[in-house]
Amino acid sequence: MPRKPVPRKQSPARAAGLRTPSWVGWLFVAPALGVYAVFVLRPIALTVQYSMYRWDGIGPSTWAGLGNYVRVFTDPDLFASILNAIKLIVFFSVIPVVLGLAIASTIRRIAASRLALVARTVLFLPQVIPLVAAGIAWSWLMSSTGLVNQLLAYVGLESVARAWLGDFSTALPAVGVIGAWVLLGLCTILLLSGLSKIDPALYEAARMDGAGPLREFVSITVPCLRQEIGVCVTVTVIAALASFDIVYVSTQGGPGNATMVPGLEIYYLAFSERQVGMASALAVVLMVLVILVALPIQWLTKDRSS
Amino acid sequence: MIVGRRETWTGRLLLVLLMAVTLMPFVSLFVTALHPSGSYPSGLEWPRDPQWGNFVKAFEAARMIELVKSSTLIVLGVVPVALLLGTLAGFAIGHLRMAGRNLVFLLFVLGLTLPFEGIITPLYYQVRDMGLLNTRWAIILPLIGLYMPFAVFWMRAHFVNMPDELSESARMDGANVWQLFWRIHVPLAMPALSSLAILLFLWTWNQFLLAIVLVDDPLKRTMSGALGAFQGQWGTDMPLLCAGSLLILAPTLVIFLIFQRRFVTALLQGSLKG
Repeated sequence: MPRKPVPRKQSPARAAGLRTPSWVGWLFVAPALGVYAVFVLRPIALTVQYSMYRWDGIGPSTWAGLGNYVRVFTDPDLFASILNAIKLIVFFSVIPVVLGLAIASTIRRIAASRLALVARTVLFLPQVIPLVAAGIAWSWLMSSTGLVNQLLAYVGLESVARAWLGDFSTALPAVGVIGAWVLLGLCTILLLSGLSKIDPALYEAARMDGAGPLREFVSITVPCLRQEIGVCVTVTVIAALASFDIVYVSTQGGPGNATMVPGLEIYYLAFSERQVGMASALAVVLMVLVILVALPIQWLTKDRSS
Repeated sequence: MIVGRRETWTGRLLLVLLMAVTLMPFVSLFVTALHPSGSYPSGLEWPRDPQWGNFVKAFEAARMIELVKSSTLIVLGVVPVALLLGTLAGFAIGHLRMAGRNLVFLLFVLGLTLPFEGIITPLYYQVRDMGLLNTRWAIILPLIGLYMPFAVFWMRAHFVNMPDELSESARMDGANVWQLFWRIHVPLAMPALSSLAILLFLWTWNQFLLAIVLVDDPLKRTMSGALGAFQGQWGTDMPLLCAGSLLILAPTLVIFLIFQRRFVTALLQGSLKG
């Protein structure tokens, strides 16, 4: 890989740190650690604690042990929300990463052109606007009289037209499409910028050896982009598991529970149904799930050459 | 490099197609916003009599001036403080390398991928007990804490690569740690700091969950939270909702277009580091 390790002298005896007593360093860390402890670490601990109780948020709480966790995995509605989040990974993650790879490697050769520079700006637009706005725009596009159905009618497919977000069988994929739209541009640009760091000589050598586009893709592009692919997968999978804004705005979890995701379920349980313990148990499960997914990807794609 | 003509054209075509798909929702919002308020227009159809007044109406209905003011106040409360605390900690961990730094760093890294939904419930009770519910502080203070993992991670990565010799010569000249930090290292950290500032601005401005849970009054929320309330109120009037959505997403869009190069760099680095 062309990414070269930054040379760094680390002779602790001469380091700036030595002439500064250690406690001074701790003074620098203290404020950050303070707000982090109060607004993140303490709430995490409290979430774990709440998850063991039955509590309506007002009256006295009763000990529930692991009962709430048992319900998360046995109550079909609650467990369905976790399954939905996992299904969303196909749309939030698999599609943007695979499509992004295909697009990026096709446009690699024109990466320096003016068109590509304009594209860099345009494809980032979904990253810049609030997800809520994306949800509103797409709800309208996919409504019964929206542009999607108009396009379908135009190509003679009126029969499949429907209110995509209101139909039990299509609501979850429709939410997924919104996520794919948000994340595709980011993945494409990230992969493209990774591609621009690959030595063109590698591709020329492959060409000389008679490699076709597919061979190039498998033997050069994918291995060289390991780190970028890892980043795309991590970011998008977490976006799928922890989705909230888009679902809240476009379907509110409906129709029925067809698009319910853990984030939204936690919100409903805690703030409308007043089941703080259940909400917290689901929150713990969600946090564990995210860590379980994020860690191995980080480890697998880590650049071990440096 | 030998570039096949056909490959170049496929590339261009794909890129244009992708841009069209990206822009489609914005175009649809815009066209719909020009239809008579209260009507239910179908798909993409240029109105016979474009109602530009819808934007004025939405501007007033959404109380845009107050919304921008509220979001700006929240950003001003969050970003500078988060930058300062993150830089101080990143400096100590990455450059002063005090004893126990690995443990502290690990503690921060733990929070790097934390979904906000995971702690929103206890956060609500904590903020309530502090008497801050329905004030902008309810968004500002937790966000500073929630940004710490990323800010510290980001600034540490910068400081770890600063040569020790730099600090040594400053120390030779008699600078103490505080002067070393402010006079030498903060000025040198400007590129890293400004990228971080852009990311934090964007995340704060677009923060939705904390806004809707912790603040009832849409006029004290972030732009994104206010848009949620606007949808609840005007959700049945499509043209007005579209006009309002465009207005509410316009500020970030404008700032993005002005500083687009910095934004793109920051967003790219941001996702690479996170």
